[in-house]
Amino acid sequence: MSFIISLLRRPLNDFRWGVLPVPGRFIAIIFFIALFIIPLIMDHPYYLRMFMYANLFVIFAVSWDLLSGYTGQVNFGHALFFGVAGYGSALLYKYFGWQPAQTIPIAVLGATLLGVVLCFPALRLRGSYLALYTLALPIMLLGVVIALRDVTGGEYGIRLLPGLAATVTGEYYICLLVMTVSVLIMWKLTDAQSRYVRTGLIFHAIREDEIAARASGINTIRYKILAFAIGGLFAAIAGALYPHVRGTIGPTSLALTTSFLAVIWTIFGGIVSIYGPVVGVYTLYPLVYLSLDIKQLFVRALTGVQSAPLAGFLRVMQTLAERPYLILAVIVILVLLFMPEGLAVRIRDKIERECPRCKLTNAAWRRECRACSASLR
Amino acid sequence: MSLDLVIVYSLVNGGVYALLSVGFSLIFGVGRVLNLSHAAFLMLASYSMWFFTRQQGLGVIESIAITVPAITLLGLLVYRFLIDRIREHPTAVLLLTIALLLIFEQVLFMSFGGHVRTVELFIPGYSVILGIKVLNQHLVILGIVAVAITVTQLLLTKTKLGITIRAVANDAEVANLMGISASRTLLITTGVATALAAVAGISMAPLWTLTPTMWGSPMLMMMVIVILGGLGSIKGSIIGAFIIGFVQILVVALLPGGGYLNLTFVLLAMVIVLIVRPEGLFGTVFEEERL
Repeated sequence: MSFIISLLRRPLNDFRWGVLPVPGRFIAIIFFIALFIIPLIMDHPYYLRMFMYANLFVIFAVSWDLLSGYTGQVNFGHALFFGVAGYGSALLYKYFGWQPAQTIPIAVLGATLLGVVLCFPALRLRGSYLALYTLALPIMLLGVVIALRDVTGGEYGIRLLPGLAATVTGEYYICLLVMTVSVLIMWKLTDAQSRYVRTGLIFHAIREDEIAARASGINTIRYKILAFAIGGLFAAIAGALYPHVRGTIGPTSLALTTSFLAVIWTIFGGIVSIYGPVVGVYTLYPLVYLSLDIKQLFVRALTGVQSAPLAGFLRVMQTLAERPYLILAVIVILVLLFMPEGLAVRIRDKIERECPRCKLTNAAWRRECRACSASLR
Repeated sequence: MSLDLVIVYSLVNGGVYALLSVGFSLIFGVGRVLNLSHAAFLMLASYSMWFFTRQQGLGVIESIAITVPAITLLGLLVYRFLIDRIREHPTAVLLLTIALLLIFEQVLFMSFGGHVRTVELFIPGYSVILGIKVLNQHLVILGIVAVAITVTQLLLTKTKLGITIRAVANDAEVANLMGISASRTLLITTGVATALAAVAGISMAPLWTLTPTMWGSPMLMMMVIVILGGLGSIKGSIIGAFIIGFVQILVVALLPGGGYLNLTFVLLAMVIVLIVRPEGLFGTVFEEERL
């Protein structure tokens, strides 16, 4: 008995002193617990699917943040990993009849390998040149996919793919587990203050000043390849799971919009922060997924309305709800102009404050630091 | 497709892409701004031609007279109130301009729907030149392109404004010290460039099928051309445009499924240029962009 208590003491102490006093971490824990109990309270497959897709897009967006936010290698073609892994898994099923458990790992490894090989030329490009180079890759592949319509199904894609589990709830938990583990790994890998892995610090250094990093004896080429490999690996995991939970895969998985969505979510939530893309996806993805429901909401609200201005307003909202990508694009522009640090980062700065003396994070409403009792006012 | 047709088509394509990418290249040269939304103005000009000739029943000349100033004004507004505010951050500019492309696309969807639209030929029929049947529309386009490029070249080399633009492109800081307002020059350059894009869109309107997603191919072409010709080089953009126009038509003519693969091949050309010679055919190396 005492053995169990001693085993539990460390995490309990961490929770008591490391999580509870910091509002951001507390919210994150609550958020993940809520995700795990959602299927217990609500088992409507339509909404469960929304969370499932959102979980996969979280992996996709966070992996973009690791590669482009932390390491500064701006990748505007992240859909390359996503689409190649998805098509790889679907094609392996179509031609060899293998099950998802076999096709997904092979597709993920294949896509990562291809991505890393294609990134080799990108290592000597920087800034806008790198962005244009990476932008071109998935679009090139898209042309090949549509031209080889006998193999890939062209615009219609590949349909009737096997699911990950028998029920939607089972698939939900698989996606959620993969998401949690991936985000945890990426969070640890990018942690600049970590005592165990150096990658976080080095990624930051490469972004801030690559020449200085190289002068300090860091093999920047090796770490840039590593960043491409890690970012690509997790994007490929999301991409390989996605067609199996949807049942189909089409050329949109390689399209410019897919690459761009990862960027939108990350910028909206806050770049160079792992929780930023998570917040971004969970705020904006429901808007896209539920756009038709939102439209129905406005249609229903319109039926009883008498006054002309209100009816006109509702009609405009109804047309806007049909075009979620318009709203996303407007949000991107507004965020870029007025809130470049992102929503999650702005909220965090509102509710947390760093102690000026010991650099410990405190809740913003505290008067004194919780460790060294320095004044926070 | 016979060889004479390939030549005519690649000249027309190359000419229109040249108008588009010269403007793109000018903006980059003067302000180091990669304005991807430049391709949207081509699409908007085509749609505007469709709107005025088909919906409003105006003549071609009147429509052109309305379209060019309207699109130029829109381009100036977009530049002044959106792009100018973040132009110090190249990645943010790329993101913002892609978002602008999406916005224009969605607004067109909202106002005119996703149907395929067509514009009537300015001058129907064809002429026989050196034994080749050429559509009159193609001749019109070639004429417009020749005039527009000549005017731009004269503007850049012979006028005071052109000297100002080239001075800022050469070194914005020193130009500022000489009493030239770099930001004002950049605004004027954007106006000129947008007008060129509008002219390209107007002249191609009768030959393209207009859909709200038609910006994709011109945007990628423009990107490829300026990378091939060298970012910021006018001569490079014009020559690059004709090379890429020729490659594109050749792929469509020779390969099975070429209609789908032409973008792949054209982008492959860009990727090879980026790997082998990132400064392009006529570009200068910007030290801060290479390692």
